[in-house]
Amino acid sequence: MSPKLKSALELTGIYAIFVFMTVIILYPIVWAIGMSLNPGQSLYSSSIIPENWSLEHYKWLFTDPRSNYVTWYKNSMIVSGCAALFSVIMTSVVAFSFSRYKFVGRTSALYTFLILQMFPVMMAMVALYIFLHLVGLLDSLTGLILIYVGSQIPFNAWLVKGYLDTIPRELDEAARIDGAGHFTVFWRIVLPLAKPILAVVALFNFMTPLFDFILPSIVLNSPENYTIALGLFNFINDQFSNNFTRFTAGAILIAIPVAVVYLFLQRYLISGLTAGGTKG
Amino acid sequence: MPQHQEQKKLTNNQKKFNPNVAMVLSILLAGLGQIYNKRYMKGISFVILEIAFILATFDFLWLGLWGIITLGTIPGVDHSIYLLVYGIVSLILITFAIMLYIFNVRDARKQAILLNNGWQPPTFKQAIKNSYDKAFPYIMTAPGLVLLIFTVVFPLLFAVALAFTNYDLYNSPPRNLVEWIGFNNFKDLATVPIWQNTFISVFSWTIIWTVVATSFQIVVGLILAVLVNDKRVKFKKTIRTILILPWAVPGFVSILIFAAMFNDEFGAINRDIIIPLIGGNGLPWLTDPTYTKIVLIMIQTWLGYPFVFALFSGVLQSISSEWYEAAEVDGATRLQKFRNITLPHVLFATAPLLIIQYTTNFNNFNIIYLFNEGGPAVQGQNAGGTDILISWVYKLTFDTNNYSMAAAISLIIGLIVSVFAFFQFRRTNSFKEEGNI
Repeated sequence: MSPKLKSALELTGIYAIFVFMTVIILYPIVWAIGMSLNPGQSLYSSSIIPENWSLEHYKWLFTDPRSNYVTWYKNSMIVSGCAALFSVIMTSVVAFSFSRYKFVGRTSALYTFLILQMFPVMMAMVALYIFLHLVGLLDSLTGLILIYVGSQIPFNAWLVKGYLDTIPRELDEAARIDGAGHFTVFWRIVLPLAKPILAVVALFNFMTPLFDFILPSIVLNSPENYTIALGLFNFINDQFSNNFTRFTAGAILIAIPVAVVYLFLQRYLISGLTAGGTKG
Repeated sequence: MPQHQEQKKLTNNQKKFNPNVAMVLSILLAGLGQIYNKRYMKGISFVILEIAFILATFDFLWLGLWGIITLGTIPGVDHSIYLLVYGIVSLILITFAIMLYIFNVRDARKQAILLNNGWQPPTFKQAIKNSYDKAFPYIMTAPGLVLLIFTVVFPLLFAVALAFTNYDLYNSPPRNLVEWIGFNNFKDLATVPIWQNTFISVFSWTIIWTVVATSFQIVVGLILAVLVNDKRVKFKKTIRTILILPWAVPGFVSILIFAAMFNDEFGAINRDIIIPLIGGNGLPWLTDPTYTKIVLIMIQTWLGYPFVFALFSGVLQSISSEWYEAAEVDGATRLQKFRNITLPHVLFATAPLLIIQYTTNFNNFNIIYLFNEGGPAVQGQNAGGTDILISWVYKLTFDTNNYSMAAAISLIIGLIVSVFAFFQFRRTNSFKEEGNI
């Protein structure tokens, strides 16, 4: 077999693998889109390429008085937006202190963070439930946001600290000589340079609450407070086959904007993770 | 020599402050040592702080400490769980108070020594500025730290405490009291047949799930990354975008769609693929634990490989081609090049993130619960056939309200996770990068 033929065969094999993967990747996605366009409500009668397709499910989500979809969307945006904003503020402030100052308790706090980031918040779900009940924040978006913001600190503080460590200290010192105070150095020198990693933190903490199912299911129990993941799950959990086509319509409406954002930002996500991650 | 004598005289003259006296005084009452050192403002504010702390929290601390020891004595009146919460909060408060106290004692002693060596105490204005400099990192971290304590540290401590109680549906306040029962929950897990069976089967499936699903993810991601990176492949950008697509779709959406596709009766897999191709009534994807497990691993591979793929692609593009050229000169085969150049590069750069992948899957509640709620049910155990430890904890907590057992299992999860944490520790070198202020 000539090397040229061998190479051509190999290349065909590689492309065959890509085609195979493409089918596996696209099949569920196309199937879901097909389902959402089926006019009926049951999976029995629906097919991947509907004969008489319609947008009735999309219409139902927005116009039917029984549909809470818009409320869920809004709740999710509030929770995700607040979680992202406060996470960036808290994390950058903590990471700045750990990166630039020497103070009693610094090393032990860093070690504690390292251990804490390994434990999922879920492990303590009983405690969170009882605690929120105790302070009266059960079934409220505030309680949910507080937990998201608090529990992301250990991991992201490490991530951001790793990044801040790479910003030369000479810059701070120069600013200090020119009379800048602690806060000015943070606000005017370090923060602008840390924008890329802060964007990663913001994106992470926007996406996590958006997709999270378990924490909302513990904290929230009235349908008008549901986030979108919880709402959609309960959609199909009650009567699986009856609402499934509606569920797919609702799911697609949240998946498309998210997918577009992800595909645009994935390069930054990866570089942010490896920059902070391998150092930390 | 004369200089030395002069200095000695000076210290003798000025030796008004005995560090030990300062220390003892500040142990007796925070701030007394500072007053002895003639730092009146500082000393008085310490005294006020301490008295205020004691006055404000004494009742609460007393109740908390009594509560955490006894967990209440009168059923119907004492609420054991609230008492436990107060107790833990008290312990956290006391820890902070002790840390501040130690700081106060050390400060008194250090300043007495400094004063003896002829150190001039700063003026009031200067002292304020100094303490602002010192306190700045604390002020900055305080809000985050408080939040962290209440949303992470406190719940974890509470869960640890619960593991040693008998808090469940039957022993539940306010009607009944909860009691400390030591290691009985763990003993039950190891000896009572139904717990023992369930624990062994759930635990072994958790391990298999973690290892197999994560390794599949990594291997598929690696193979695809290497293939796309091949020089001869065209349309690299398009192929990468398609391969990353599963990552871009929200996980819970994909899982729920898969759950519908694999539905035994009306799912697309049975209806459109298995029955037309193989015949019969389709495969029991959701009713036979073995099939469910296989499907779960396949779905997790689908969901998880794009992240690894994207990670590896980035690293592969950064490997200098000189390595490969040098290897070619030496006549290395492709396999040798892969094993000795590609693999070490890729793994070295991504190891911590890969470890995180394993821990994530170990606690991957979403896929297990959303796909089939941990089911199907299995005889002779009180967890579903595909439950992993964390989803079992969820069920124990919210379905059967067996809080203490749930906490005990959480604790076991925590122990296993800390083994991973240990590996993470050893790779970490960020501690060397110290601040200099």
